[in-house]
Amino acid sequence: MSDFPDELKYAATHEWVRVEEDGSVTIGISDHAQELLGDIVFIELPEEGATVSAKDEMSVVESVKAASDIYAPISGEVIAVNEDLTDAPETVNADPYGEGWICRILPSNPAELEELLDANTYAGMCE
Amino acid sequence: MGQKTALYDRHCTAGARLVDFGGWDMPIQYTSLIEEHNAVRQHAGVFDVSHMTIVDVAGDDAEPWLRWMLANDVARLGQPGQALYTAMLNDTGGVIDDLIVYRLRNGYRLVVNCATREKDLAWLQGHIESHQATLSERPELAILAVQGPKALKIVDDILRSRGEPELADAVQSLKPFTAAESDQWLVARTGYTGENGVEIILPESQAPELWDALLAAGVRPIGLGARDTLRLEAGMNLYGHEMDESVSPLSANMGWTIALKPEDRDFVGRSAVALHADQLTDGSLPVLAGLVMTERGVLREGMRVVCTLEDGSTADGITTSGTFSPTLKHAIALARIPTGTTQCAVEIRGRLVPVRTVKPGFVRHGKQIFD
Repeated sequence: MSDFPDELKYAATHEWVRVEEDGSVTIGISDHAQELLGDIVFIELPEEGATVSAKDEMSVVESVKAASDIYAPISGEVIAVNEDLTDAPETVNADPYGEGWICRILPSNPAELEELLDANTYAGMCE
Repeated sequence: MGQKTALYDRHCTAGARLVDFGGWDMPIQYTSLIEEHNAVRQHAGVFDVSHMTIVDVAGDDAEPWLRWMLANDVARLGQPGQALYTAMLNDTGGVIDDLIVYRLRNGYRLVVNCATREKDLAWLQGHIESHQATLSERPELAILAVQGPKALKIVDDILRSRGEPELADAVQSLKPFTAAESDQWLVARTGYTGENGVEIILPESQAPELWDALLAAGVRPIGLGARDTLRLEAGMNLYGHEMDESVSPLSANMGWTIALKPEDRDFVGRSAVALHADQLTDGSLPVLAGLVMTERGVLREGMRVVCTLEDGSTADGITTSGTFSPTLKHAIALARIPTGTTQCAVEIRGRLVPVRTVKPGFVRHGKQIFD
């Protein structure tokens, strides 16, 4: 069974969002998404400093089986990317909510957070 | 819910994720595609391929009729137990299906793709006409493919412990593309992975017991996901990808399976393929190539290949299958490209990435086979 931590918010496109104390948000893909993709072999990370809009493609995750676009769950500036994934993309399979984070965004419109799903709603969608 | 093979419960027990595959509920993977792939390259794995269609051909005219129906020549099967890979062509030289034909003690056995079952059967039945040939589908038989460097030894041990020393001896001495028959069992040195191994056709009632014995001997269950990466590393075609009814077998690296000799044997599609051969010579027919991309990223089916020809002009090709190669740890693909291509680049998300072209085939017996 997939894991859906309560403290996170989720996009219908399978990204998770964690609001940090400094107001930035950390983003990754859900446990459910990594299970569906299977062995991840390549991640095209967003560029640090890039400005993204909510629902825009910002990154690509490729498993052996398929390529999957990652959409920005929220608008803002990319302030950090997880460079460790370049050499160890399988970390997303092993620890999607921890070491497998993809990037951090400084939201330009924090109100967009309200449009994201809570864990229960997202888990229901994945059934 | 789709059709289920005799091993459906075993797949569920082994933790398979099931998908619809040509109307069958089949395991796509059990644990991890890469782990399953590596198990076949390094040890041994078992695939349930019982969804494939088995058709036995009997009757006095079975041989002449199959020599007419198939592009490879069944007259090359000098004795029971021999097998060959062949295309079945339409009148315009397109590929209706690719299949393996075995010569049995009584007649022939065809193993065809499950996705093409209905059209294959209709095509075959529609061409019997006045020939003394009968077709019998054999849905009560299961097929297990056991593949990998340890596969033959493990199957040998299992056959001996089942009290089948004669079949075990026969299997041990089998050369590739030969088979041993015993009772309702057919054990053939064929496969779809580029490793040593066998494909075992047996009554479905006995399949769960064999499955259990294989797993108990350390053989891992392998899903369709790894079946695809293994066959692609081996450079083997998949119907509907490298070829279909619109593609000449000569554009799918199947020229070696088209038996143009003896010249007086006519077969369905012969005149069309002879024309394709001329087009291949004058450079107007595309060819199948292997693509190797060592840059980061993954090649996929249907990507545009920008090909530079000898005169400096460019023309498009297309990838027919692509994946990340778990053995080589970079992307590989098969692609249909113009004859005389000197350089290739693949368009990935709007970016042209240079790739190397090699003969179709990347890995055999666990090792890279291109320079």
